[in-house]
Amino acid sequence: MKIVVCVKHVPDATADRTFTEDGTTDRDAVDSVLSELDEYAVEQALRLTESGVDAEVTYLTVGPDDAKDALRKSLAMGGDRAIHVSDDDIRGSDALGTSLVLAKAIERHGFDLVVCGMASTDGSMGVVPAMLAERLGVPAVTHLDELAVSAEDGSVTGRREGESATVRIQGTLPAVVSVTDRSGDARYPSFKGIMAAKKKPVETLDLTDLDIEPEWTGGSAARSAVDTTAKRPPRTKGEIVADEGAGGVGLAAFLTAKKFV
Amino acid sequence: MAEILVLVDHVDGTVRKPTLELLTLARRLGEPSAVFLGPGADAATDVLGTYGAQKVYVVDAPEVAEHLVTPAVDALAQIAASSGPGAVLLPSSLDGKETAARLAVRLESGLITDAVDITADQDGRPVTEQSVFAATYQVTAHVTEGVPVITVKPNATAPEPAPATPVVEKVDVTFGPTATATRVLSRTPRVGGDRPELTEADVVVSGGRGVNGAENFAIIEALADSLGAAVGASRAAVDAGWYPHSHQVGQTGTQVSPQLYVAAGISGAIQHRAGMQTSKTIVAVNKDADAPIFELADYGVVGDLFKVLPQLVEEIDRRRG
Repeated sequence: MKIVVCVKHVPDATADRTFTEDGTTDRDAVDSVLSELDEYAVEQALRLTESGVDAEVTYLTVGPDDAKDALRKSLAMGGDRAIHVSDDDIRGSDALGTSLVLAKAIERHGFDLVVCGMASTDGSMGVVPAMLAERLGVPAVTHLDELAVSAEDGSVTGRREGESATVRIQGTLPAVVSVTDRSGDARYPSFKGIMAAKKKPVETLDLTDLDIEPEWTGGSAARSAVDTTAKRPPRTKGEIVADEGAGGVGLAAFLTAKKFV
Repeated sequence: MAEILVLVDHVDGTVRKPTLELLTLARRLGEPSAVFLGPGADAATDVLGTYGAQKVYVVDAPEVAEHLVTPAVDALAQIAASSGPGAVLLPSSLDGKETAARLAVRLESGLITDAVDITADQDGRPVTEQSVFAATYQVTAHVTEGVPVITVKPNATAPEPAPATPVVEKVDVTFGPTATATRVLSRTPRVGGDRPELTEADVVVSGGRGVNGAENFAIIEALADSLGAAVGASRAAVDAGWYPHSHQVGQTGTQVSPQLYVAAGISGAIQHRAGMQTSKTIVAVNKDADAPIFELADYGVVGDLFKVLPQLVEEIDRRRG
């Protein structure tokens, strides 16, 4: 079975992120890392192979040169090989353009299961897994905090905690799944893993390799545009009081003045 | 005026509040048409009309009830093809966002998710406002190609009635081959008791590490009940097993935007702030005067939540007589 894990190299979510003048994320302003939420996807793919699913695990990323770091980190955790799609004409792509590039690369490689994180920690739309499923014409079984694959009956089953109910869902393979940060802690790469990762194959592809016309991707193909970006004004510092025995009474007075009581 | 399609979020015909907010926003852009999937449309039509739906498209097919997302995409794509809407609005729920994602690909349209407001530009086209980078930036954006597909966060606006008598149109949808490829095996509804749902609540009272134990969440619940609030929890409290994950407020939990957010025993790590800092009024109670949550608070009490909260509940009761 072929498992493809989509990973993204993103500006560190714990740093102060900013925009460039064209309304895209300023990627030079802060260090980039493997998106934390993608580590759970890597972990789940590796656990599937360790639980007896006979599979080759391939990591896939789209991005400039340094996006390879996300692949190396993933390979250091485990897995077999990686694909890096890099092309100047991809810069500025929206989720639709990104999902097109990912889908073409996945089709070219072949797949039984695509594993994604629940969202990236930069765009955080969480829509790429569903877009991939739509483009690949397969089921999406998303937002899982538990995942099981049966090669015998060709299905993937998972548990999703929705807004109003916990749902067990099942899709037929091939399928796209996404996993949450509740699916299980991601392992740290071992020294051995880091050394082994250096020898694992990383294939680099551009848009020509994927039969994608340059005008289908990038900022000019994006179907939405940012008009303005503004740093949220910091909240005006409120009234902070030390409790000297009447803290609750004072708070009640504040809530009453605000008409919450 | 353009038709604006609104996907109805409902439980067996009981329309959920975010849908009423979508109808309210849709009226700024054109004539709202509700798209109702599954059984229970008769019960829902009145309330959809009360909030301005001029039309209700009804798709009552077994595919919709038994399978996730893709049947809704088939239905919306088909209705959009015949009605040529000015926009499609969906709730920013898991299913809503996934439906929107597939629909945008299907319609070759631009997609905007998690809008916190929508206005019309001079040509009536939607301009969205989003809150990004852990709610540190406000972004306005618009769709440049196709039918704008927009998901809107709960509490983006207050639902405003605008009574209409909707035309009901039953639609037979031709479902595609993937419509039935994802099945719901079981569904366990959340036992929420009498408290409002976290995403929809006007007031949220959350507890964190400082609550120090599952049994102490009774203090958080008592204040929540006193204020008619939903109960939230920080990731620390959830990871410690003190409160269910379904109540986690934060970047990877539920993102809330209530009128009032009360943070008790929560220090305010960035992941938590990302999930609550668009709340209109924020109140914090924490022993640590240096806790980052106080930077956001409109009113903060540096003190022991085990003393402050019970006193607060008592004082609220006293003021209410």
